[in-house]
Amino acid sequence: MNYTMKISSSPHIRDKETTTNIMGTVIVALMPATIYGVYNFGLHAAFVICLTIACCVIFEAAYEKMLGLKNTVKDLSAVLTGLLLALNLPPEVPFWIPVIGSFFAIIVVKQLFGGLGQNFMNPALGARCFLLISFTGRMTTFTYDAVTTATPLANLKAGESVDVFAMFFGATAGTIGETSALALMIGGLFLIVRRVINFRIPAFYIGSFTVFIMIYAIVSGRGVDCSYLLAHLCGGGLMLGAFFMATDYVTSPITPNGKIIFGIFLGLLTFLFRIYGGSAEGVSYAIIIGNLIVPLIERITVPKAFGKGAVKHE
Amino acid sequence: MNKSIERLYSGIIKENPTFVQMLGMCPTMAVTTTAIGGLGMGLTTTIVLILSNMMISALRKVIPDKVRIPAFIVIIASFVTIVQFLLEGFIPSLYDTLGIYIPLIVVNCIILGRAESYASKNNVWLSMFDGIGMGLGFTVGLTSIGIFRELFGNGTIFNIRIMPAQYEPVTILILAPGAFFVLACLIAVQNKVKLRNSKGTADIDACSKDGGCLNCANTLCSGKNQELKNTAEGEEA
Repeated sequence: MNYTMKISSSPHIRDKETTTNIMGTVIVALMPATIYGVYNFGLHAAFVICLTIACCVIFEAAYEKMLGLKNTVKDLSAVLTGLLLALNLPPEVPFWIPVIGSFFAIIVVKQLFGGLGQNFMNPALGARCFLLISFTGRMTTFTYDAVTTATPLANLKAGESVDVFAMFFGATAGTIGETSALALMIGGLFLIVRRVINFRIPAFYIGSFTVFIMIYAIVSGRGVDCSYLLAHLCGGGLMLGAFFMATDYVTSPITPNGKIIFGIFLGLLTFLFRIYGGSAEGVSYAIIIGNLIVPLIERITVPKAFGKGAVKHE
Repeated sequence: MNKSIERLYSGIIKENPTFVQMLGMCPTMAVTTTAIGGLGMGLTTTIVLILSNMMISALRKVIPDKVRIPAFIVIIASFVTIVQFLLEGFIPSLYDTLGIYIPLIVVNCIILGRAESYASKNNVWLSMFDGIGMGLGFTVGLTSIGIFRELFGNGTIFNIRIMPAQYEPVTILILAPGAFFVLACLIAVQNKVKLRNSKGTADIDACSKDGGCLNCANTLCSGKNQELKNTAEGEEA
């Protein structure tokens, strides 16, 4: 016996994937949208993105230093949170909004509940909603080409016509990262192909949302109106939310059926908020409310363990 | 320590209804959007609490044990009705601010809790001081929450502008979630201070001397103080 045996409890088979790898892949997948956002909105957008990421990393490191915890900056989760939060901010926000937002995302939503893996809602979205409620004016002033304009979704809600092509490619007003549906879809497909995210949540989210909008369009007398549907699909944060926010590992169900229920639930909520809600956009509220019911979804969709649940023969 | 002073100390600091016992959360969340609302609610509750404590204590030998809760509620509701009419007549602005939360003082668990756990077992004099202490503790809690929410959510304290004109109010703090944020932060701060004062160990004196853990209101202790006390007494003996 001249070799050592490693004795440990399960799991014995480990994947090569690490947190850092996954976070890194998501960040790469967000690059098309980020680069397009900077191209679309100019240097101030780049400044907002850098500032938000820097603040998130600093807050995470400072909190862990203060409490004597292991420094987890290297797992890139804080960088990803910062990037997602920045993509959810309007391009012309003053510098203190990213700072307050990062503080709320990292300290309140993530670290106070126990750090990565313990947060009950998506930190970036939690912070976005916090900012949206607190500084409604700042967070809903969208500038495009130095002119303050309404977002396409707001126009759509007001009953005006919108340019679906511009919305698909992203040459419209909106938050930094949400305007280009094309760039977001490239990133989302990259994630699905790399198997970082499962297709179920985005597919059932967007799918159920499409169905609800179609039903609404027919019932409300628009008929089968493709441009109305496409405007709803490409506008606002739906693509960003469906591919990058709703699929966050910590705050989405892990069971396959749970993912389907979660997706349909988000589609329903987004539809209700957009059509019947006070504001034109509802993706962020839909996702954080969805986050809250994830434990319930998981409880009712636990798969049967091998060997259990068979019919007993008398 | 003089027993009546001890009741005051216990009500305001050691067993503060808002920060330690966490009772009466409904008015705490609802009326503290401004400092004046918190102060008004606190003082109104204090008056009801003092009067009901004294009355219940005076009647404690008359009220049969089996029907004590309905009897307490009748006494408390009578005082609340009196106070409500007085407020409506003399301080209508406060009456409008507090609104539905004045009649709801009847079901405030601080008042019923003090009646059940203190006034129905002690004499009128001590019950009065218990009422003053608990009431002022509640007032301190509500006013401090109101001050922070009004300061950051509106830039003012008692309607006096504190923050410079460029300050942009954090609107969420005067909405419902803000009450939870501020309450949690204040509890965290006071726990930190308490822990530092007692050098890292639980406060043995906070253990209620009579009745043991069953009748104790200190929810943060959950039996630890009793164990510590037993150990300390064992060592002394």
